[in-house]
Amino acid sequence: MDILNALVVFLNFVFIPAAAYGAQLALGALGVTLIYGILRFSNFAHGDTMAFGAAITIIVTWGLQSLGISLGVLPTALLALPFGIAATALLVLGTDRVVYRFYRVQKAAPIIFVMASVGVMFVMNGLTRLIIGVDEQRFDDGARFVITVRDFREMTGLQEGLAFRTTQALTLVIAVLVVWALFWFLNRTKSGKAMRAYSDNEDLALLSGIDPEKVVRMTWIIAAGLATIAGVLYGLDKSFRPFNYFQILLPIFAAAIVGGLGNPLGAIAGGFIVAFSEVAITYPWVKVAGYLFPNWEPGGLLQLLGTEYKFAVSFVILIVVLLFRPTGLFRGKSV
Amino acid sequence: MSQVQTQAAPATQAKEPYLSATAMRGGYGKADILHGCTLQVDMGQIAVIVGPNGAGKSTAMKAVFGMLPLREGSVKLDGEDIIKLSPQERVYKGMGFVPQVHNIFPTMTVEENLEMGAFIRKDDIKDTIEQVYHLFPAVAEKRKQAAGELSGGQRQQVAVGRALMTRPRLLMLDEPTAGVSPIVMDELFDRIIEIARTGISILMVEQNARQALEIADIGYVLVQGTNRYTDTGEALMADPEVRRTFLGG
Amino acid sequence: MSTNRQASAANPWRAPIFFAILAVLFILEGTVRNGMFSGSWNTALAILNVGLISAIVALGVNMQWGYAGLFNVGVVGFLALGGLAPVLVSLPPVEGAWQAGGPRLLLSLAVGLGTLALAKVVWTRFRKGWAVALILLAGLLLYRWLFGPASTAIEANNPSRYGNIGGLGMPVLLSWLVGGAFAAAAAWAVGKVALGLRSDYLAIATLGIGEIIVSVLRNEEWLARGVNNITGVPRPVPYEIQLQQNPEFIDFAARWGFSVAEASGIWVKICYLSLFLVVLLSIILLAELALKSPWGRMMRAIRDNETAAEAMGKDVTARHLQIFVLGSAVIGIAGAMMVTLDGLMAPTQYNPLRYTFLIWVMVIVGGSGNNWGAVLGAVLIWFLWIKAEVWGPNLIGFLVSPLPAGDVKTHLLGSAAHMRFIAMGAVLLLVLRFAPRGLVPEK
Repeated sequence: MDILNALVVFLNFVFIPAAAYGAQLALGALGVTLIYGILRFSNFAHGDTMAFGAAITIIVTWGLQSLGISLGVLPTALLALPFGIAATALLVLGTDRVVYRFYRVQKAAPIIFVMASVGVMFVMNGLTRLIIGVDEQRFDDGARFVITVRDFREMTGLQEGLAFRTTQALTLVIAVLVVWALFWFLNRTKSGKAMRAYSDNEDLALLSGIDPEKVVRMTWIIAAGLATIAGVLYGLDKSFRPFNYFQILLPIFAAAIVGGLGNPLGAIAGGFIVAFSEVAITYPWVKVAGYLFPNWEPGGLLQLLGTEYKFAVSFVILIVVLLFRPTGLFRGKSV
Repeated sequence: MSQVQTQAAPATQAKEPYLSATAMRGGYGKADILHGCTLQVDMGQIAVIVGPNGAGKSTAMKAVFGMLPLREGSVKLDGEDIIKLSPQERVYKGMGFVPQVHNIFPTMTVEENLEMGAFIRKDDIKDTIEQVYHLFPAVAEKRKQAAGELSGGQRQQVAVGRALMTRPRLLMLDEPTAGVSPIVMDELFDRIIEIARTGISILMVEQNARQALEIADIGYVLVQGTNRYTDTGEALMADPEVRRTFLGG
Repeated sequence: MSTNRQASAANPWRAPIFFAILAVLFILEGTVRNGMFSGSWNTALAILNVGLISAIVALGVNMQWGYAGLFNVGVVGFLALGGLAPVLVSLPPVEGAWQAGGPRLLLSLAVGLGTLALAKVVWTRFRKGWAVALILLAGLLLYRWLFGPASTAIEANNPSRYGNIGGLGMPVLLSWLVGGAFAAAAAWAVGKVALGLRSDYLAIATLGIGEIIVSVLRNEEWLARGVNNITGVPRPVPYEIQLQQNPEFIDFAARWGFSVAEASGIWVKICYLSLFLVVLLSIILLAELALKSPWGRMMRAIRDNETAAEAMGKDVTARHLQIFVLGSAVIGIAGAMMVTLDGLMAPTQYNPLRYTFLIWVMVIVGGSGNNWGAVLGAVLIWFLWIKAEVWGPNLIGFLVSPLPAGDVKTHLLGSAAHMRFIAMGAVLLLVLRFAPRGLVPEK
């Protein structure tokens, strides 16, 4: 029984939150890694692209809510999501046209692209603040829980409860669907293969008649879609604040690099590695230990690092990977 | 073997060579690399460009393919002037090009490499893929494997196969045997002969001059961007002057 | 295409003209009172002082970017780390803090560093991943066991007033150098890992270290009281109140026709100004001397053609590390100066947008690779950044004046502050594209 209780505590406080967070990071890292693979730079504006997409989705959600449209138990934001994706896609396509294309034609050094992306980050950050302000927004409606703590206790008779929030379930389901769709696109369609070919060998792709601008446009649209979905899911799960999306940039980069920049499968693995390490290292294990070793009285909370340092975890993972395997665990583009 | 089908019916003008690049002059920067270089290939012929390092062999081939701006000269394919066309447009006209390095998509499977080769085609490409596999049985077995994981010789086969996917009338190979073992080289040359027998013209640059001239219908010896000797492969091999200066005795 | 523009840009009068325009702006700020300017010398000098500190930060960033092409996205972290120095060096010691847990704290930090060093040695000698992991885990546990009680004890020591370890009571000017040393040490650690890899990796790693340094300052109360802030950092210049009670100064103020309160403010600011100018000019002098030395020639050779320099046997990564550490040290010095100027260490004020990206706008606008350009860009952009707070709402108010009163108008009026971000981003992008060498291009 105690082992079961320990397991429930583990699931409730570590596994489920980390899985949902990992899925959000993975979606974000997929966008970063795709842009890296095709356009060959680390896009610092990606966090703010997520914020922008989420902000538009929230505005549309409010509009739908005021019209009395809802999705029942599911958050209305799901209905608003396509609008958010469309708006974000238009924004990033416009950005590419005005900013990045110039440097692409010039064949500028990657670091110039990175710097331009910082400028874009500023502008997008301002736009998001302009649209929705700097305050925290909650926009999750519908049923809050799939399983509540009380239901779970009654169902199982265990001492410990387990809560499974709708947003967590949604995050996981949507992430699986999106990843499946993305891989189907990349591996099964001619356009998707053309993207991979371009990422593999730009010159040969040109020789084969692949239109680079079309590939770049597709990449931006997909990245906008991934960013908006990741941004909305993160916002639903943890509430929306523009500054959070600047802070999430570091874990996302860490995830993409751990998986090997330019490698989509790696980005997903990286997202979960970062999320599980972060949650596991900042979680106080004393309760789990209490069930597993009833006779042991640990002095403290058995927490390796305070939650205020959770971003340090992604940084340390990043450093370790850069030290020992700079191309990432799953072989990304060359250093 | 089954015939690799070609895009268009053969040209009717029997006089004019299929590819005729004449008096090409040009270079990357201000200094010219090519000084009036001429290359001609007839239908189904194998033409080989040899010469010392820095003679402009690869540059001449890139000029034919439109990857180098030319200041003078003409490039005609099947009697049509193509000098203004980009490399991509020349692919549509029936040219296929295999670069010396970076000539495959390493993380994609062999089959996907071939599919990408046929990117511009709108029709069914299954037959062409089967023909390529027939030509290169070794890579056919590894069709689901990433091309980057294959051996050097097999990668070259994938690279040639990729270029064949557009059903070119003229296949250009930039040092296809660079860095492969002698056995693999012989094998690759056999395949190239086989391709030429299907009516495809071949233009290739080779470092292994002796072996390449053995299979060449026509050989061009380039020195400092101009033609020094032009003759059949056999005749060049027999010429003591060529042997002494370019083939190492 | 760009050669023409650059040729016309290489005008010897360019820099003096821009500096003259800058001077005019500050004189207007000091003398004219209207919708655009405050007409107060106190305000003008306050802006200028922070502008000069920004100029020093920009110099540090410019060394890294202009001399070596290194993109540091963690400026805020090095700045904050430098700001810690005045707190630890110049504040008077806190009674009882050292006794509460000082030695144990130092020991724990030594254990932490020792663990890392040991792990490194074991890795290079034996290449055993599991051994390294074991050492790190054991080290972490020992560190936590030593560190936890010590920091708790220090934080429990008179928490309403102190709760921190306190300083050494040494001169505050000394702490500026210490601030540089702090930042240099952090830069060395980051650079050692991230340099020599892809250029983006340094950017990402510095982004991380920046955030972590700021969150350490925010959360480690024993260090600098965290979000409770440290106030009363000693000054290297007189206090206004002392001047106001000094009869000589009262006379002096009367002679110039200022009120005593105003004159004392101006005097203090001029004192700071002189100190800052000395630091700024010394750094520029040293930088220019270094650039003309064989070392500087090598740096430029590396920047102009990394591959060629590497082929000639230059250790590019090691040179990059040097310049990264030096640039960060300059940023650290500026961080210490800023805390000294404010008399306050407030970790919450270290916002990356303000202290990393605004600095980058300064460097790019000023002219990367050119020290005077960096100074010009820094002071100019800082002036505009501050004034945008006033001008932005006025401008928006003017633009929306035809609109009927209502939600939209209120929203637009309220959003003027966010316009600053858009404007700064737009300036960065425009300069990067249309004048990539900045206002004062490198010769």
